[in-house]
Amino acid sequence: MDITEIERDSMEFDVVIVGAGPAGLAAACRLMQLAKEHHQELTVCLVEKGSEVGAHILSGAVIESRAIEELFPNWQELGAPLNVPVQRDELYLLRNETAAVKIPNAFIPATMHNEGNYIVSLGNVCRWLAEQAEGLGVEVFPGFPASQLLLNEDGSVAGIITGDMGIGIDGEPKDSFTPGMELRAKYTIFAEGCRGHLGKQLYSQFQLDADADAQHYGIGIKELWDIDPSKHQEGLVIHGSGWPLGGGTSGGFFLYHSENNQAVVGLIIDLNYSNPYVSPFDEFQRMKHHPLIADYLQGGKRVAYGARAITKGGFNALPKMHFPGGLLVGCNAGTLNFAKIKGTHTAMKSGMLAAEEIFAALQAGDTGGKDLSGYDARFQNSWVYTELQASRNFGPALHKFGSLIGGAFNFIDQNIFRGKLPVTLRDDHPDYAQLRPASEFAPIQYPKPDGKLSFDKLSSVFLSNTNHDEDQPSHLRLKDPTIPIGKNLPLYAEPAQRYCPAGVYEVLGEGAEARFQINAQNCVHCKTCDIKDPAQNITWVTPEGGGGPNYPNM
Amino acid sequence: MKILVAVKRVIDYSVKVRVKADNSNVDLTNVKMSLNPFCEIAVEEALRLREAGKATEIVVVSMGVKAAQDQIRTALAMGADRGIFIETGDAELNSLSVAKLLAKVVQDEQPGLILLGKQAIDSDNNQTGQMLAALCGYPQATFASKIVVEGDTATVTREIDGGLQTLKLSLPAVVTTDLRLNEPRYVKLPDIMKAKKKPLAVTTPAELGVPVANTITLVRVDAPAERSAGIKVESVDALIDALKNKAKVI
Repeated sequence: MDITEIERDSMEFDVVIVGAGPAGLAAACRLMQLAKEHHQELTVCLVEKGSEVGAHILSGAVIESRAIEELFPNWQELGAPLNVPVQRDELYLLRNETAAVKIPNAFIPATMHNEGNYIVSLGNVCRWLAEQAEGLGVEVFPGFPASQLLLNEDGSVAGIITGDMGIGIDGEPKDSFTPGMELRAKYTIFAEGCRGHLGKQLYSQFQLDADADAQHYGIGIKELWDIDPSKHQEGLVIHGSGWPLGGGTSGGFFLYHSENNQAVVGLIIDLNYSNPYVSPFDEFQRMKHHPLIADYLQGGKRVAYGARAITKGGFNALPKMHFPGGLLVGCNAGTLNFAKIKGTHTAMKSGMLAAEEIFAALQAGDTGGKDLSGYDARFQNSWVYTELQASRNFGPALHKFGSLIGGAFNFIDQNIFRGKLPVTLRDDHPDYAQLRPASEFAPIQYPKPDGKLSFDKLSSVFLSNTNHDEDQPSHLRLKDPTIPIGKNLPLYAEPAQRYCPAGVYEVLGEGAEARFQINAQNCVHCKTCDIKDPAQNITWVTPEGGGGPNYPNM
Repeated sequence: MKILVAVKRVIDYSVKVRVKADNSNVDLTNVKMSLNPFCEIAVEEALRLREAGKATEIVVVSMGVKAAQDQIRTALAMGADRGIFIETGDAELNSLSVAKLLAKVVQDEQPGLILLGKQAIDSDNNQTGQMLAALCGYPQATFASKIVVEGDTATVTREIDGGLQTLKLSLPAVVTTDLRLNEPRYVKLPDIMKAKKKPLAVTTPAELGVPVANTITLVRVDAPAERSAGIKVESVDALIDALKNKAKVI
């Protein structure tokens, strides 16, 4: 049986939304609110690849409540899980493995002040948003990945096709084979998050990034800890940078004290690093041994682990966000404000604006498939645009001048000129092209994990509750299977072994015996391989529905 | 014939189970919950019997916290016809209480066949099916790997230590399912939408007139002991020496 030729069932909706993150859920809620206000019938379907809403959500997170307040002015009454207001903000520069310098408040860029913000589990915020969406009449379907684009004859987007279930590792259908469905819509909103795999196809199909600077990414690795109650200070927010990163590798760490004696600790490493021996996972593990962090974690217990790539190119890298039949929202487009290290409020707002644009079109009798260029105007007239525009130099300054001078530039730009300096810094080198040959570096010897503060990769992945049915084709596709061993290994010591935070990629054997192994079952869906492979040879596609991590309150 | 299937909401099989800091129980905060896999197999078997023309109606019953209705909805999305939910709240229910509540449902519904999972993957009790059969005075077959219904009998193949055993039961009967009975189907998206509209009756132990007395107290839960770090040895001699003198196992 040829799976590509198969007859598929089809369902029609007014709007289909891909991804139950903050952007997709905010769009869904806003659409239904507008329909109710105008007494109009509207069918909205939201598909999510995780086994439940929140299962694939991973973020710090300190969030601004601005978008939630706009969407649900009575959010507190509705029980939104924004329970921990930020009490205190601390920023450090780690000088070495023991010393840290606290940055005086007066020198902190204004965007990095967190008064009025909340420490949340973004997974739980999404679970709450999904309840609101369902209450408003949205059909929410977790466990159903949008695996393919559905196009009309004129090339416009007609919806998506959900993933086929029950295909064996040999690519043949099993007895349980259940073909995916066509979900047809007048308009489709793509809210897949950073490096969405349909988003990637849309970028090339409609040349969405033709006029934008190269997108930039980071990899965020995070752990959730139960810490000693006597050390817990609910509402404490700590950020910092410096050690253990260096040698052209940049990034920053976070440690937030959330509710129930839990703390979250994480490290975000910019994916434009050049040393192929860098292992973001091991950098994070050793970072936790710095006394500033270790003092809080000692005596505690690690509860959960996960990782996710972050779109951080900001304003200059924003693509065109509309195309015939659909809109791109949230991190799928790259609306994160890197100067604030926050993307939830901007993602939600971009989703709400998309909902308003689509609803206005449908209300005017639009039958779908049009290029809703009016979304641009809505976006440009919103606070998201103003905010991103003001922060446009933040990332490029750090990339160009390093954290010291770049940081000084950002202080002057953000605190004195409030982002209105008439210069725009650009950074147009894609992250994957920044790797330098391994021969220029010495391998990095990372310390052995102690099993108390630091851990190995496999026991970490175990705590992401990741699961994929073994009997299915690998969802990590190599365009050219000879590249890992033929090119990446001799030139870059195959960096996939190290940038993957879940131990998916391994080089087994040596010399002529060397072979590349992909342990796709371990994949936590962070998308780093799709971004950082120097040959751009790895394509992340959706596995069988429900596969991937099962994050708790991450 | 009507088939009654009892299902349980349990911690998802892919989740790493954690014990609460005070060892009072397993920590369920923020943890993904699912339909017990053995119960899913029971629902699938009921659907196959209906598709083979052996059954006309499938009723799914569950109990516990309100959220357990999600698991009934999952069974309805798979294809069951209607649900019964007995709200018992947070109270820990032992197997006997569950069996007594189910026996009352059996009395009210008069099914020809009652299917249950052989055990739940959280408590691993493996008691409810057996107790239910005894309370109803029905024949029972546990650990089923094959079920054939003919007229008013069911021929059930059981997985037993070292082989298989085949029993013939007169109906009504209680059968509990083992892993190899079938592979449950994937739920289809339109069926999830339909399941939202299927009837789901909500009741309580008080309404059913079944007193739920807890005769067992959970005293303590401990996680498995942490494995201590291993060592690497250079030679076979060193290995034998380590096994003899360090590990003291030979």
